[in-house]
Amino acid sequence: MDEGLRSELSKQGVFTTSLEELYNWGRKNSIWPLGFGLACCAIEMMAASMARWDLARFGAEVFRPSPRQADLMIVAGTVTKKMAPQVVRLYNQMPEPKYVIAMGACAISGGPFKQGYNVLKGIDRYIPVDVHIPGCPPRPEALLHAFMTLQRKIDEQALTGAQRPRHLVAEAPSEFPVPEYGEHDLEPANNPAVWQPPTLVRGA
Amino acid sequence: METLEQIKGRVEAAVPGASLEIVPNDNPAGQRSLLVDNAHALAVARLLRDDPSLRLDYASNVTGIDWLDKVVQEKRKVKQVIEGVEREIEETIEHKKPGCLEVVYHLYSMELKHGPVILRLRTVNRADNARVPSLTPVWRGAEFQEREAYDLYGITFEGHPDLRRILMWDEFKDFPMRKDYVEPEDYEYEPTPHDQLLEKARRHYPS
Repeated sequence: MDEGLRSELSKQGVFTTSLEELYNWGRKNSIWPLGFGLACCAIEMMAASMARWDLARFGAEVFRPSPRQADLMIVAGTVTKKMAPQVVRLYNQMPEPKYVIAMGACAISGGPFKQGYNVLKGIDRYIPVDVHIPGCPPRPEALLHAFMTLQRKIDEQALTGAQRPRHLVAEAPSEFPVPEYGEHDLEPANNPAVWQPPTLVRGA
Repeated sequence: METLEQIKGRVEAAVPGASLEIVPNDNPAGQRSLLVDNAHALAVARLLRDDPSLRLDYASNVTGIDWLDKVVQEKRKVKQVIEGVEREIEETIEHKKPGCLEVVYHLYSMELKHGPVILRLRTVNRADNARVPSLTPVWRGAEFQEREAYDLYGITFEGHPDLRRILMWDEFKDFPMRKDYVEPEDYEYEPTPHDQLLEKARRHYPS
């Protein structure tokens, strides 16, 4: 629909929309997060959901205790290698469409534990992440910003065509492989379909 | 509290056959400790806990140390006859000092409000005979900490009620806190690598 006509109509009190817009508007204003936290970032996440920052303003106050009812996974904290299979399993149990916010330095890269032996160097090695928030921990404002970024992302999703989201692509995987506990490390160490090590050329 | 020498003397008198050694400490804290032989460790621990003037009823911390095998160089002067003249020359002798794993217990008394007394136990070697007696039967609070030492250093505590890995998963085979541990190659990117990390980054991304 023509934008000019549309604004003209709205001035006359006629509201026009498309199914896509209505659908995305509904989805972006009722993102229910999965109520789980892994470390200190979860404290900031709780603060963001309470009265002072009030995540309810964005329609996301309903932290679901079951992955079956959740739309969003906020990976708030350090993902140890021992915990990683459980996080991937929880993600697999969430119904589509589902989104992931990786919150804090640990969840996006391993953070201060990056050089250790026991911490996963970013949850994006196993599951697709929509928004990364840096910070140690990020302030509730940063989580709200990530949330608004995710809302914008959902709002812009086209329901048809090549750019349509994963849940509308029939061939897209509905489950992501859960890593196994190996003798020295998790096996596989990353999901190659989701993440590849960056090819970095250092200057001499 | 008595001095370490007094404790050592009393323990050796009370536990027949026990041989204790005071481990010196050169750093400014100067906190010395008692090295106990494995065969009598349990009896010594019981004595330290139950003795009315010590009453060390609280093991606040159990930790492990990895001592690698090392080559010790010793210089000594030897007289030798060179070209008919007797001269004194310096000779370097290298001998191998076998490594071991060590467990350190920090003991305090809640009742008498004193401490710490530090106990050390050593394994025979770092490989097939990395065993020490468990002191969990004496101090119940040592249970998880001994499991942690087993998990990260591979020290087997004999007599422990439930010796399993506690932090790493059960299938894990390595001992990450040992000095010769090789970590998995899952490193990818560091914005400002330096020192050891720079070496690692170079190995990972040869320019």
